[in-house]
Amino acid sequence: MMGSEPHAQVARWRPMRRALRARRARSPILVGWLFVVPALVMYAIFVLQPLALTVQYSFYDWDGVGPATWVGLSNYSRVFTDPDLLGTIFNSFKLLLFFSVIPVTLGLITASVIHRVTTGRFGSTARAIIFLPQIIPLVAAGIIWGWLLSLPGLINQLFKAVGLESVTRAWLGDFDTALPSVGMIGIWVLLGFCTVLLQTGMAKINTDLYEAARLDGAGWFAELRAVTIPGIRYEIGVCLTVTAIAALAAFDIVYVSTGGGPGHATAVPGIQIYIEAFLQRRVGLASALAIVLVLLVLIVILPIQRLSRGSDR
Amino acid sequence: MFINSEPRAGRLRPHWLVLALAAAMLIAGCASAGEEATTTTTEAATTTTEAATTTTGAAASSTTTTTEAVALPSCGTDDVVLNAYFETGFILPFDLSDEFTKQYPNVTWDVKQDQFTNLMNATPRLLSGDNPPDLIRLPTMVSLVQDNLLKNLDEYAAAFGWDQWPPAQLSQNRVAADGTRGAGSLYAMGLNYSLTGVFYNKELAAQIGMTEPPKTVAEFDALLAEAKAQGLLPMMVWNATASGGGLAFPLQQLMAAYGPTGPINDWIFQQPDATIDTATNLQATEHLQGWVDSGYFPEDANAIQYTDANARFRGGEGVFIFNGDWENATYDGEMSGNVGFFVFPPLEEGGSLAAMSAPLTFGIAADAPNADCAAFFFNWVATNETAREINVAIGGSNPGGPADLAIPTAAEGSVTNETLAAGGEVAQDNGQMDFIANATGSIFAAGWTPGLQEMVGGRQDAAGLLQAVQAEYEDELGR
Repeated sequence: MMGSEPHAQVARWRPMRRALRARRARSPILVGWLFVVPALVMYAIFVLQPLALTVQYSFYDWDGVGPATWVGLSNYSRVFTDPDLLGTIFNSFKLLLFFSVIPVTLGLITASVIHRVTTGRFGSTARAIIFLPQIIPLVAAGIIWGWLLSLPGLINQLFKAVGLESVTRAWLGDFDTALPSVGMIGIWVLLGFCTVLLQTGMAKINTDLYEAARLDGAGWFAELRAVTIPGIRYEIGVCLTVTAIAALAAFDIVYVSTGGGPGHATAVPGIQIYIEAFLQRRVGLASALAIVLVLLVLIVILPIQRLSRGSDR
Repeated sequence: MFINSEPRAGRLRPHWLVLALAAAMLIAGCASAGEEATTTTTEAATTTTEAATTTTGAAASSTTTTTEAVALPSCGTDDVVLNAYFETGFILPFDLSDEFTKQYPNVTWDVKQDQFTNLMNATPRLLSGDNPPDLIRLPTMVSLVQDNLLKNLDEYAAAFGWDQWPPAQLSQNRVAADGTRGAGSLYAMGLNYSLTGVFYNKELAAQIGMTEPPKTVAEFDALLAEAKAQGLLPMMVWNATASGGGLAFPLQQLMAAYGPTGPINDWIFQQPDATIDTATNLQATEHLQGWVDSGYFPEDANAIQYTDANARFRGGEGVFIFNGDWENATYDGEMSGNVGFFVFPPLEEGGSLAAMSAPLTFGIAADAPNADCAAFFFNWVATNETAREINVAIGGSNPGGPADLAIPTAAEGSVTNETLAAGGEVAQDNGQMDFIANATGSIFAAGWTPGLQEMVGGRQDAAGLLQAVQAEYEDELGR
């Protein structure tokens, strides 16, 4: 194969190659499109068409099988007037604090500590441990946390062991603590993701900057504020985006740990959409809530994108 | 129905799909298994025509059978593969289908199984799909009937003589033209008929001085108070969202003690103007709230799932538990000889007994290719001696069928014998009720469960609970 043969072949194929090259020159864009078409077709079938259908369904009263009736915007007006539906949206904003703000803040602190204090074997071990929750299926995590947070569970046993018997309770079954408890599970899952991503960003920062800062007498916090955060603005943006979507579109952790209860204490749009569409068989109302959720996600995400990319880094 | 197995089915399931970050796509993705909304009207019209054709066809074939002499619908002699959907974790239908094949070797089964709540979600699409099931475990069925997805079983009932059986067996599976249940055409059959009541831990009951089952609600109250005084948990219950509000069991029993069962059944069967918010139901709900406030239920009730509640009861936590005879086998296992059962007592001694009792409902798709064979299977389950024995031994419930057939007995010492005997007493008093959680497709998930959880959490009172559930009921029925 590698011998003298190729020359002959090249010679033989030259005319055709010339023709091809000519065609390519005529329509380079067309060839590019040909490569993209399979992916685009899939995207259109599995993403765009369902999205369009959801918009369409949201204007109908439909049980998924029988005849559909056009109802205009009434599904949307119900989303914004029914306290149960509106409540799910408020709950998802509360989850933003637990799924997004706290993991990113804690991740920033953890990453900068690991980055500053240690980079050797201890550093990578610490990173691996913190990242571990990411590779556990969320459903399994939800089940395990359900056990840990139950009345006879480990968390309450620990409280009892240190004499805090008065705070023990069924954390996921108590109206006041259910949502923060679900939020805690979210922090546990998302902290590792944020830490690893942010630390990767920090590794790219020019060490001269740190040296300069230290020569100027900057402490850990000043260094973080003046060098690290500006240097990893893009990574922070990605973290905020991913975690904010996880908060607003939360389903599995909530479904497995509380199912939206007790009462409506942890009901989030993802669960309500599922209930409306598949239990209540109100496909139109579920679609309207889904569209509202998509818009909410965009409203939250777009400013983050602008902030992190605003000034070209 | 919920009463039979929803709690068991309400376990944890991964809904990977729904994790998708754009929830919108999910909905459309799943729903697009149907047709797009605008064309659906035409679709439905076509289906109706088809259904009409099917009916004519069935009528024609039954005329033929009548003229051919009294040949009943059967599985014939050619090979038949019954396409069936059963409920995961519930072995009775599997055992019955195996025995059926033993007796009728030309019939084999293509059984698909899924958790009950998943089946509930999928049923409309399965019934309207390209491969409609011959036999399927059904949730509440009114909307399925209204969408012409279920086969009308009236002709089979006439042919096999099901309409000669005690009428209470079939009434819960009848749907009238106006969508009310309890009367009208038959659209499903029960493989058996479950009974609910109060199970008790015999050892703990003896400890609190219970020598015989309480005869009045007041006597039961006294037992609960004594248990509490001795530091025992009076009643185990599940009330977590994933399993549904198990407090609905004692609540409905109290409702039937304070008032007649008629209005409760009317409400479940969606009779016009039916309401759950009545004076006697309010008394019953207040009574339940008294139990909650007295600490007769576990303080973490809202976090306890169905399986956990039963495991804890079997492990000796709780003197009483409100549950149904489908748990007989598991109670007999771990608590062998230590578990008893009684029907919840009336308000006054000697008053009539009442209990939730529901068929284990199965239906046939409107376009099922082997409907005759499936109907024959229904008849076989209720009348064949071996099938009835399997039903009692495995299912723990009354197999139903003709009134003159004796009910097989369970193994000696099994609590099943107590539940079967109790079922006879309830039937004498005509005290069977369907379950208030079955009134509509989601009254349990959207009405009772959150309301009862709020009551446990001290955020809802008796009157507010009934009003909220009634409002949800009217909203779902578009009243």
